[in-house]
Amino acid sequence: MFQNIGEIVLLFWRTLCALPFAWRQRQKVFDQFFEIGNASLLMVCVLSFFIGAVIALQTGPVLVERGLASAVGGIVGISVAKELAPVMMAILIAGRIGSAMAAEIGSMRVYQEIDALRTMNINPIHYLVLPRVLAMAIALPLLVVFAILVGWFGGAVVAETNSHIGVPFQAFFDGLRDIVDFQDVVNGVFKSFCFAIIIGAVSCHQGLVTIGGPRGIGRSVTKAVVNSIVLIVIFDYILTRFLLKS
Amino acid sequence: MTTLTDNNHSGVSLQVRGLRKSFGGQEVLRGVDLDVQPGEIFVIMGPSGSGKSVLLKHLIGLEAPDAGEILINGESVESAEVATKYRMALVFQSGALLNSLTVGENVGLYLAEHRLKPSAEIERIVAEKLEAVGLADAVDKMPGELSGGMKKRAAIARALVIEPQMILYDEPTSELDPLSAVVIGEEILELKKRTCVTSIVVTHDRDLAFGVADRIAIINEGVIVTVGTPDEVKRFNDPLVQKFLRADLKREPQTKNL
Repeated sequence: MFQNIGEIVLLFWRTLCALPFAWRQRQKVFDQFFEIGNASLLMVCVLSFFIGAVIALQTGPVLVERGLASAVGGIVGISVAKELAPVMMAILIAGRIGSAMAAEIGSMRVYQEIDALRTMNINPIHYLVLPRVLAMAIALPLLVVFAILVGWFGGAVVAETNSHIGVPFQAFFDGLRDIVDFQDVVNGVFKSFCFAIIIGAVSCHQGLVTIGGPRGIGRSVTKAVVNSIVLIVIFDYILTRFLLKS
Repeated sequence: MTTLTDNNHSGVSLQVRGLRKSFGGQEVLRGVDLDVQPGEIFVIMGPSGSGKSVLLKHLIGLEAPDAGEILINGESVESAEVATKYRMALVFQSGALLNSLTVGENVGLYLAEHRLKPSAEIERIVAEKLEAVGLADAVDKMPGELSGGMKKRAAIARALVIEPQMILYDEPTSELDPLSAVVIGEEILELKKRTCVTSIVVTHDRDLAFGVADRIAIINEGVIVTVGTPDEVKRFNDPLVQKFLRADLKREPQTKNL
């Protein structure tokens, strides 16, 4: 396990060192970015709408009962922006895109395509890892911004339409503006940036260390998703603690 | 391995000294010594699991030896200078074409990634190399649409683009029909005639080995048993070598009991 973590850190460091070559790989970065965005946008939309909706549904009646209707927007707003959108979207992307990355690189490893790259003096980190990690680091924060807005909208819809809550749209967003700062949104987006790097590095690492045939690829995909989610949850706590302090 | 830094097309020499390699406690190479001359077609033969492919991976730097050294023109293959100074290519047993790229993109990948030529020039070179291996029509096809023989020829075209000074073939005729195997053998000979490249062919195909080799090495259980010209190897008086070279299916005569 510690060897794995060491290898992931080393891979991330080598990817950072390869950043000056990013412009050369811009087409691949764009292709990956399109793949991540295009494949996930609808799912992000549905997931975040219902996350906002369910938070409003859970908290709204309790708050309204105690005369705190004005806090519904704030509760939904802050929980979606700071916690639920970054973490849930990261988990979604780990499952949807991280698994695909591990499978693609893993099959390239198993079928000697990575060895072929090396014999042509093409660095697999420049060619395969850098574009994926970079695209992930750009795409996930953008998806999270989108998820936050849709999540708030979902919460507002439920707050207005549910008879036990009955908080109008305007009142919901007024309450949200009172509690949620721009900094809260920035913190959430910053978290998602860190999660994106974790997903990219873990998935590419699992792909690169794949051994065996199809079973090995399957094992790598599972490990990529599970390890990404575990690290996302651990780093979520660490980052939240760090951001609270500041 | 390779960067087109000069126009030197002459083959390189290769020396292997005391090469040892183990995987998980099992010793696969047990002190291999070899000398290959520039421009020579050197065939390494041996039964399955004898260490041929592992040896080949060491020769191009894909594996690091546990002990021993590999010298290209007297310089260690592990040094960074060798990688930029000499151009080497490996034709993989499976072809190892990148499945996400077309055949043309695969063949031109080396030039495109190292930005050695403008794209129009790369297209011209790709067309020329594919023409040379009889795959002119396959430029826009995906590797999945090719037969085994076509994949191998595309892999050879990809290696040719590098203009290698040493080219290594891993089982180039495995899984091929006899006609395709002959085409591959002719390609190996033609390439040597055209560019004086040093060729190292790992195979257990006796027809290919004795058809193209200047010299043959027989490897068994990680040790070189003998090295010599095809005639010398044929005459080499060792039961294992003779058994390997003469192994044939002998069918019992059928009795007529209809």
